[in-house]
Amino acid sequence: MNEKTTLTFAIMDPPFESARSTTFFRLLNVAASRGYNINVFAYEGGVHLPFNKQKRHANGVHGTTLEEENHPLPKEWVNELINIAKQNNGHIEWVNCGLCADERGIDETVSGVRRGSPADFWKLASASDNSLVIGTR
Amino acid sequence: MLISSRDPFECRETENLYRLAVNLNNNGHAVTLFLVQNGVMPARKSAANRKFAGLIRQGIHIEVDDFSAKERSIMEKELKKGINLASIENIINSLAKGTKTIWH
Repeated sequence: MNEKTTLTFAIMDPPFESARSTTFFRLLNVAASRGYNINVFAYEGGVHLPFNKQKRHANGVHGTTLEEENHPLPKEWVNELINIAKQNNGHIEWVNCGLCADERGIDETVSGVRRGSPADFWKLASASDNSLVIGTR
Repeated sequence: MLISSRDPFECRETENLYRLAVNLNNNGHAVTLFLVQNGVMPARKSAANRKFAGLIRQGIHIEVDDFSAKERSIMEKELKKGINLASIENIINSLAKGTKTIWH
């Protein structure tokens, strides 16, 4: 085990659906701000979180423009968390389940995200100080 | 640490988590129940859930995510006696210490 704290998280929820993904990002923010090394294994819908083709939009129902809507994009949060970790001498290794990504057409992600398999989750968790699985229903 | 993210009035399965907390406590383990998202709802004074009340009777340490409470307009004074608001940093503290941490 390294001297630096390493934590592994598994997330299965896609963005814009459940408060779980928000809580997950809040947890990552704390760990990244402390300079911990963080591993993320995104499984099933979780692979959408760093999808690079997410786009802001206006909201015709609310009558807001694109600027007024100021729609949050999880891909930018992923990017920012990777930067926060770096600024604090930590690191985020984000692994998207390759099979889950292919099924969903997630062919482009933000920089710093790689493809992997559930075996990577086992390897990452085994090499970590602790792990948290945020399971969906 | 057990993280409870669901409202027991919406998801009866949550009571299984409460039962796990009681069983762990009865077996001599230090247990913290961290309530987050809709999991904070039974911590309100006005919420009546017998299984949750049992946790308090057993002396299980219960913390309420301050952000989740704020989102739901729940103030600290509205929480049941012995339950306090806490930062989500406590979950990271628990993980960093190597404490077994389970999300439900």
